Amino acid sequence: MKLNLALAQIATKLGDVESNLEKHLDFIKQAKTQKADLVVFPELSLTGYVLQDLVASVAHRPTEDDSVFQHLLKASQDLDLVVGFVDEDSRHRFYIATAYLSGGRVLHVHHKVYLPTYGLFDEGRFFAWGDSVRAFDTRFGRVGLLICEDFWHASPPYLLWLDGADIMLFSSASPGRGLNDKEKLESARWVERVSKAYASMFTSFVAHCNRVGFEDGLLFWGGATVNDPNGELLAQGPYFEEALTCVELDLNQLRRTRARLPLLRDERTALVQKELDRILSSR
Amino acid sequence: MQIDLTINTDVARKILTGFIKSEVTRVGYTRAVVGLSGGIDSALSCVLAVEALGRDNVLAVRMPYKSSSPDSLAHAELLIEQLEIPHKTIEITNMVEPLFVQDPAMPKLRKGNIMARERMIVLYDQSEVFKGLVIGTGNKTEILLGYTTQFGDAASAMNPIGDLYKTQVRQLARALNIPAPILDKTPSADLWEGQTDEGELGFTYERVDQLLYLLVDQRYSPKECVEAGFDETFVDVVVKRIQRNQFKRMQPPIAKLSNRTIGYDFLYLRDWGT
Repeated sequence: MKLNLALAQIATKLGDVESNLEKHLDFIKQAKTQKADLVVFPELSLTGYVLQDLVASVAHRPTEDDSVFQHLLKASQDLDLVVGFVDEDSRHRFYIATAYLSGGRVLHVHHKVYLPTYGLFDEGRFFAWGDSVRAFDTRFGRVGLLICEDFWHASPPYLLWLDGADIMLFSSASPGRGLNDKEKLESARWVERVSKAYASMFTSFVAHCNRVGFEDGLLFWGGATVNDPNGELLAQGPYFEEALTCVELDLNQLRRTRARLPLLRDERTALVQKELDRILSSR
Repeated sequence: MQIDLTINTDVARKILTGFIKSEVTRVGYTRAVVGLSGGIDSALSCVLAVEALGRDNVLAVRMPYKSSSPDSLAHAELLIEQLEIPHKTIEITNMVEPLFVQDPAMPKLRKGNIMARERMIVLYDQSEVFKGLVIGTGNKTEILLGYTTQFGDAASAMNPIGDLYKTQVRQLARALNIPAPILDKTPSADLWEGQTDEGELGFTYERVDQLLYLLVDQRYSPKECVEAGFDETFVDVVVKRIQRNQFKRMQPPIAKLSNRTIGYDFLYLRDWGT
């Protein structure tokens, strides 16, 4: 089975959801002409990243009667979508979220479980913490969604792997930082390194879509990547510029890799659970 | 120990020109104004602005005082000729002298501050004339040390080089083909005759940049810097300078009275809505 995956590394307008929706629809159109089955947008792709006090005013619910999602759900009749937004729950807690839309329905919503609140980041001040990491079924197999800091921690990708995700879709709004004498920024090198490592260790497809554009002095570096179950880089988007990176995934590679390298088969989850129980109870 | 401040100049160039272009155009402008002193910092900001916006869209303004070194004007001229950009020379002598004569005992520090602020007034006026945003020219070293005049040379609409130490400014300036006399000259604010940055500060940029890199970027404690080979008095002077000059790096604090106060809990980026 083949999956034509498109990664839409877009620049957004800070707090201007309508204008960002237009851009989504434009990139979806482009993806359609390239015969994509699934388009992944970056973290907070509908709102912009450093929202601070804009959070409440840009929040939406992923439902048919929502003024933004009605357009995206309609677009998802033709191809599947992963979009980033601020989700407001019924009790008015605000989450950094991604939604997987397919066939006019919302298949899954992920709330970011790790909110970086250190250095240049201040997410914990403005957002509620998500509290679940779940894989879900799509027409391409079982998928998992994570957002930026979620995959700086090893446990969320590991949990998705055990929950059956063979395709991990990571989205980011990662500000470039750490300029030294090398050709790549430190932040880009770090994310590329762990994406490749997860694909290798979990013998899974790992795609990462990071936004571009400036917000004040922060430049988001783009550089979308797709790694296959062998940890081989299949495609990479440019740094710093908007782009739609399309690549065909041969999903049969999962079988071939895992026949050679049965890491999933041999994973000793009972051992992990036993030791985790011991470690956590002895604290 | 080896402290390497080398940067990849291709990446820096790409990010900084992108920054200028983004921050100018997203608010509806297409042009910029740069005060060209003849030194390396303003030369670098100017070159980056020209690369970002195009040579017709950057106005270089020279603002000499009667005692300014003739070299300053000549070196700025070299860059203007190389870049073929619009330029103006607006002498500030007749603007600042009436204030100077009111206090014949005025020390040179006060005069220097007045000149720096007068240049800010001229630049912001030219900003309106040329319909361009003022591009900042302060580097990370001088911002951290507070070697700058608040509301004077520190004033700008955006600063592309404020995260580059002086030695990194030199590296990037060399990569961008800034004329050799500007690269090679002794750094000076040129506020009075014979003034040099390093003479006034009491240490070289090369050495203080290494120390700042450890203190700020690598989060070394002052004690760890001494253990790494820096003179204790030098470390002490620099640490105190950084702390004492924090006020120059901030908006003036507002006394909180209401539930929502600008600066504390009214939080938006400048790029809000763009």
